[in-house]
Amino acid sequence: MSSTHAAVDRSNFLEIKGLQKEYVPGNPILKGIDINISEPGIVAIIGPSGTGKSTLLRCINRLIDPTAGAILFDNADLSQAKGGELRKLRRQVGMVFQEYNLVERLTVIENVLTGRLGYMSAWQAWRRKFSQEDINGAFELLEAVGLSEHANKRADSLSGGQRQRVGIARAVMQNPRVLLADEPTSSLDPKTAVEIMELLERFSEEKNIPALVNIHDVKLASRFAKRMIGMSNGVVVYDGSPEGITDEHLKQIYGGESWLD
Amino acid sequence: MNTMNHQWQRFTLKQKLSRYAVYLVLIMAMVQSIQSVEVIPEFFFDAPEQMADMFSRMWPIDFAYYPVTVHDAMIETLNIATLGTLVTLIFALPLALMNASNIVASPWVHWIARFFLVSSRSVNSLVWALLFVSIFGPGVIAGVLAIAFRSVGFVGKLLGEAIEEVNMGPIEALRATGASWMSVLLKGYWPQILPAFFSIVLFRWDINVRESAVLGLVGAGGIGVVLSDSMNLFEWQRVAVALLSIFAVVIVAEIIVVNIRKRLI
Repeated sequence: MSSTHAAVDRSNFLEIKGLQKEYVPGNPILKGIDINISEPGIVAIIGPSGTGKSTLLRCINRLIDPTAGAILFDNADLSQAKGGELRKLRRQVGMVFQEYNLVERLTVIENVLTGRLGYMSAWQAWRRKFSQEDINGAFELLEAVGLSEHANKRADSLSGGQRQRVGIARAVMQNPRVLLADEPTSSLDPKTAVEIMELLERFSEEKNIPALVNIHDVKLASRFAKRMIGMSNGVVVYDGSPEGITDEHLKQIYGGESWLD
Repeated sequence: MNTMNHQWQRFTLKQKLSRYAVYLVLIMAMVQSIQSVEVIPEFFFDAPEQMADMFSRMWPIDFAYYPVTVHDAMIETLNIATLGTLVTLIFALPLALMNASNIVASPWVHWIARFFLVSSRSVNSLVWALLFVSIFGPGVIAGVLAIAFRSVGFVGKLLGEAIEEVNMGPIEALRATGASWMSVLLKGYWPQILPAFFSIVLFRWDINVRESAVLGLVGAGGIGVVLSDSMNLFEWQRVAVALLSIFAVVIVAEIIVVNIRKRLI
């Protein structure tokens, strides 16, 4: 990336305080989450399906509105932001999705460039008036994820692993101060999954930002994470180093023990 | 061992009875319609002879008449159809957006959009044409507006449904980048509905070519005027030219539409 997209150095990236979410009143899926992200690097969030991991990530960039609590980010409470202010905060939060969520009929390079939409008007977007800097940045990112030769192919002609690389490039294209990845490897084979995690690790180091990654695979998580957060039934039950997580913790997070070897 | 005989019937007695009731009503409706139509047997059995007579009067087809009047009228018909389809878009696009539940959540807006879409469709284009002929006088403008007003309901409804079938994943992803509502519309929705958009618009244009050929019958310009004049003057050889050119244009339109669509998807 060019020099103007230099990595930011911040002591406190993201602070989540007492976050609650109820889809059905009286039936909370998140029961008061407190997480303080103060260091760059991968933060793996593990926990069984339906425990609110996705909801947590989606609350951070407000694809889902939280019921209560605060999300402090860049001197603002994201949970209260509206309209233009919300969009300005959103563009600093890059998100990677399980099913990639590329616009399939657009080319690979244009998908990467959509990461800049938050910085331009609809009129500019319509005429595809991306700045030269953005276009250079997009090609550099495609090179970094190893898809240079696919730039002008349609996104739906790529394989799953390739699409996820494009998804990551799009998120990084936002020049974000935090990356969120919702099960980025669940639809991929084990080798590709490792490659995707390596990419996330690389970008979080290069840009000196944290990456919150929801992930099923505990082994894969502990291999890459600097910090692990274990969730169960809508509360955080473990928050610490990957080394510190024991079978006892895993039993508490996932329940049962027959799956442990 | 005591084996049980399972009873199985496709329909319960109540269902059977209601099905027979529906059949009975259908038959009664049929009988009733035939009675009220009052088919005159002489005219009915006479039809093949009359048809043969008409075709014989159409022959030989008066091709010399084509450059005189039919050609210009045909071009006018195509202009009415094309212009009418373009005017349609001005109204149909906003109505389609208003009608799509994944774009506008308010049920009030849906009802307003639906009101206009249904009104447009509930009136036949011939009736729209009669209305506009009485407002603007006979001519092309009445034809264009008649085509446009009838097509808004068709295009708006189908386009709204196409928007509702969009994959919401990419939309969510674009919203997450901080893109504005309009940018999400342009970069998330539009690429996904583009094939549907062109099939719908081209299909409507294809229908409009045929419809505008008829509109002339009520004075709204185009080939229909020529057709109706020739019929009134019993110039069947000229009627044949007009009919033949409509047929040719529809075939050509079909070929064009199919080819454009192939390239777009």
